[in-house]
Amino acid sequence: MVEIRRRSLLAGIAMLGAGACSKIADSDAGRSAVKTAEGWHRAAHRALAGKQGLAPEYRPEDRSPTFKGNGSITVDSDFYRAELAGGFPEWRLTVGGLVEQPLDLSLADVRALPQRTQITRHDCVEGWSAIGEWSGPQLSTLLDAAKVREEAKFILFRCADTLYGRPYYESIDMVEAYHPQTIIAHALNGEPLPEKNGAPLRARIERQLGYKHAKYLTGIEAVASLDRIGAGKGGFWEDYAGYQWYAGV
Amino acid sequence: MIVHALSTRLWHWINAAAIVVLFMSGLNISNAHRYLYWGNYGFDPKDAWLSVIRFPGWATIPQRYDLAEARDWHILAAWPFALGLLFIWVAMLANRHFRRDLATSPADWTPRAFLASLRAHGAGADAAEHGYNPVQKILYGLVFGLLLPGMVLTGLAISPGFEPAAPWLVDLLGGRQSARSLHFIAAWGIFGFVVVHLVLALADWRRIGAMITGGSSRETTNG
Repeated sequence: MVEIRRRSLLAGIAMLGAGACSKIADSDAGRSAVKTAEGWHRAAHRALAGKQGLAPEYRPEDRSPTFKGNGSITVDSDFYRAELAGGFPEWRLTVGGLVEQPLDLSLADVRALPQRTQITRHDCVEGWSAIGEWSGPQLSTLLDAAKVREEAKFILFRCADTLYGRPYYESIDMVEAYHPQTIIAHALNGEPLPEKNGAPLRARIERQLGYKHAKYLTGIEAVASLDRIGAGKGGFWEDYAGYQWYAGV
Repeated sequence: MIVHALSTRLWHWINAAAIVVLFMSGLNISNAHRYLYWGNYGFDPKDAWLSVIRFPGWATIPQRYDLAEARDWHILAAWPFALGLLFIWVAMLANRHFRRDLATSPADWTPRAFLASLRAHGAGADAAEHGYNPVQKILYGLVFGLLLPGMVLTGLAISPGFEPAAPWLVDLLGGRQSARSLHFIAAWGIFGFVVVHLVLALADWRRIGAMITGGSSRETTNG
């Protein structure tokens, strides 16, 4: 009796090693379990830290000596190269979608808004971290100016860069969008944003991993659903590689 | 008398499965950036205190490099692992398993107790019959008190969404990259425990049966 149990136990262990995990992960039940687990993490984080809980901020001397660029490190277009060389005179950031008052801003307009400066840590999904000082208007300032409509459930970031031939984009929910540390940064460590870090504008979503912090921003859109955008999973990496939409774990 | 309480057996197997998934998916995640640092930041391999090997496909979940799917498994298995640990601590305190079998007295920490443990083991004395010897108590204490909760706490600490709930935890661990390094070290500590645990369990496979059925003192002494 016990002998049979031992055999089935060993068989069970061997099955794990034989790729059964991939079969489970590809099944509907597997996908729904993973989604549920991801949702629990988000709910637990927000219950424990509060919706407005702040990511730690550091002193100037805590900053890393440099700030790594990862993913897209430039935009491959003549327009971008000319803009980069000239200080982005023609760059526009639009705020649209489900809003009463669409905005079309120059870089000077963005700099003229009330600013927030924060020294925060950037955690990449790969595991590394860098610390830098970011400045820019809070996303909530832009959303309030554009008067986001009630039915908007997500804020979408449109980007100039492409990866593997697809336009980069990202999205966050309204809790993250109105978080005080969620800013549209135009400066890193007191200088205009470097090319590799998303010049001229990037999102800072301080309680989530780096791939949410969309770079080379051209548009901010309020939407009710993510289904019809890209492949429908809410972001470039979510669509392309199956990354988690909630990147707080 | 039953050797292993139902709560212990249930937790043992759920936890075993969770640990296998967490460890193997963790090796896949490690392959994404194979360098460990101390402090809050770290991204340049030049600053790493350890360059980790690339773990081969047979050791990882999934068996090819896939950070997204590995993280799915890690995020999923973290729940039974963390809630299970909470459950077994409550159960061990409630059913007095902790006080009776695992809590040590000052006498257990003496060299004499250590030698006695080794002798008792060499003589093939049955641990379940006589309770755990001092060395076993100390090792189980390290696993339950340090390694397993350490995995949960360092895992929480490296989650940027959890950090606003307890920023002191990241500070206590010496920064986010230190917490990540400790997460890695504790994972291998648990791996080491599992190896020793398996060798000893397989040496007398009736113990595996007892962890399933609960066993009985009579069965273990006569069987």
